[in-house]
Amino acid sequence: MNFANWLSSLPGVTSLGMIWGIMAIGVFLTYKILDIADLTVDGSICTGAAVCTVLVLAGVNIWLAMLAAILAGMLCGLITGLAHTLLGIPAILAGILTQLMLWSINLVILGKANVALLGKQDKLLISNLTENILKTNLILLALVLAVIALLYWFFGTELGASLRATGNNLSMSRAQGINTGFTKVLGLMLSNGLVALAGALLAQNNGAADINMGRGAIVIGLAAVIVGEAVVSRISGNFFIKLLGVILGGIIYWLVFQTVIFFGIDSDLLKLLSALVVMIFLGVPYVKKKYFPAARRKGGNRNA
Amino acid sequence: MLELKNITKVFNPGTVNEKLALRDFSLTLNDGDFVTVIGGNGAGKSTMLNIVAGVYPTDGGSILIDGVDMTRLSEHKRAACIGRVFQDPMMGTASDMWVEENLALADRRGKHRGLKWAITKKDREKYRSILAELGLGLETRLTTKMGLLSGGQRQAITLLMASMQKPKLLLLDEHTAALDPKTASTVLEITDRIISEHHLTTLMVTHNMRDAITHGNRLIMLNAGQIILDISGEEKKHLTVESLLNAFSKASGAEFANDRALLG
Repeated sequence: MNFANWLSSLPGVTSLGMIWGIMAIGVFLTYKILDIADLTVDGSICTGAAVCTVLVLAGVNIWLAMLAAILAGMLCGLITGLAHTLLGIPAILAGILTQLMLWSINLVILGKANVALLGKQDKLLISNLTENILKTNLILLALVLAVIALLYWFFGTELGASLRATGNNLSMSRAQGINTGFTKVLGLMLSNGLVALAGALLAQNNGAADINMGRGAIVIGLAAVIVGEAVVSRISGNFFIKLLGVILGGIIYWLVFQTVIFFGIDSDLLKLLSALVVMIFLGVPYVKKKYFPAARRKGGNRNA
Repeated sequence: MLELKNITKVFNPGTVNEKLALRDFSLTLNDGDFVTVIGGNGAGKSTMLNIVAGVYPTDGGSILIDGVDMTRLSEHKRAACIGRVFQDPMMGTASDMWVEENLALADRRGKHRGLKWAITKKDREKYRSILAELGLGLETRLTTKMGLLSGGQRQAITLLMASMQKPKLLLLDEHTAALDPKTASTVLEITDRIISEHHLTTLMVTHNMRDAITHGNRLIMLNAGQIILDISGEEKKHLTVESLLNAFSKASGAEFANDRALLG
């Protein structure tokens, strides 16, 4: 791959980054706000893609198909949430169980491992075709801003605040009368709804839904969340900026991905690389705190 | 007001670690009672508060508040009529949220939480004035993250949060134990003020016998999951730490075993 190719890939990288950015906002809701590592997403992103693809192929309007994908994703989150809150299964395990169920369910929805959106190009909202790339990016930007604005509003409401409190301090939340089971389930539903929306967009962008498309999605989502936080946390603590940072993180992730390919690294190794990067980013704050505590004292003593 | 009838609580039943935390425990509080609770290590003080708050279910007996059976009600539902302050200052507030956001969460306790703004302009004014009443200068720090405040400041705000929706019952679980002596006495002062201002029926667990004697109108002492002393009125006013310790060894036939209580 030469430099001209790399340059010409940038618009596509941006749209891919924004799609995964929406997915990463879903991860942000669970991982950062609810303090739950939700692995449902590896399955629900494919569920979103599968539902959207099958419906579009059946002649359903693309907006309706995407709405159905979101609802399907929320259902995935509901399953994980109920397994966690009603059955008492640890959240991470509940997510893994749902993810495994979804593998089968996604196959049932799709009927086979890979379903192309053949002959439906003009019915889709976005695509990765060169002649559509500007339109695609503009539509995605509008979607991204709509999602962020909606979440910004939601987390400013009484219900949204109770969700944030749940992730921040469970005992306090219950003592203040918050039904933490409900808020957790709601958060998981919102998160997986967004992830499924990203799946629906990804299927359109790729022109197909594939049973394997969600493998390692959580890692990409986490990478985007972490990179985004690193980029914007110094600028502002504003929630809107934070969410924008997650989108930026998604774009940076795919930019790095594309650049690594440009340097001729085997793309089979990319999952290894992204997992390693996430491992390092997650590990560094802990190592700093544990082995170099002096560096963190600057912030003042909390128990003063 | 609050009625605990024959409450039994066993931890780890059927194992070698089985522990009978409350044994056929009964207690009735009258309206406006401010009861201090003392007892040795593992006497069941915290268990009693947690049972009332609904943190864990009972293994027998019933809990009534104003005649309404609460025994099967979940923790968050009971919160509608119960305010709580914990021993750990970190536990009572959301550290990543602002002071005003914490207050707003408490302001909606027992109410429906919908899609209205969590904080309105009017709320903010109200929070500013109740914070000012604390006299700790917190009224200028509405948008400070809770986690940046000191333990004493957090406990004072938790007290405000617990009392905001005028709870029928206030539960204080050694809420000054983690504070330095000077801060602890400030927080206790605020506690007294809030309780008398709102006429709150209160259960205050403390490890400090002197505090237990000087605060409240009634004192109960727990041992091995039962009440062994229940003193109120004039009699309580004449209590001393020494007479309490004597009463304890007489009632239980053992030395009082709570390291912190003796040091405190």
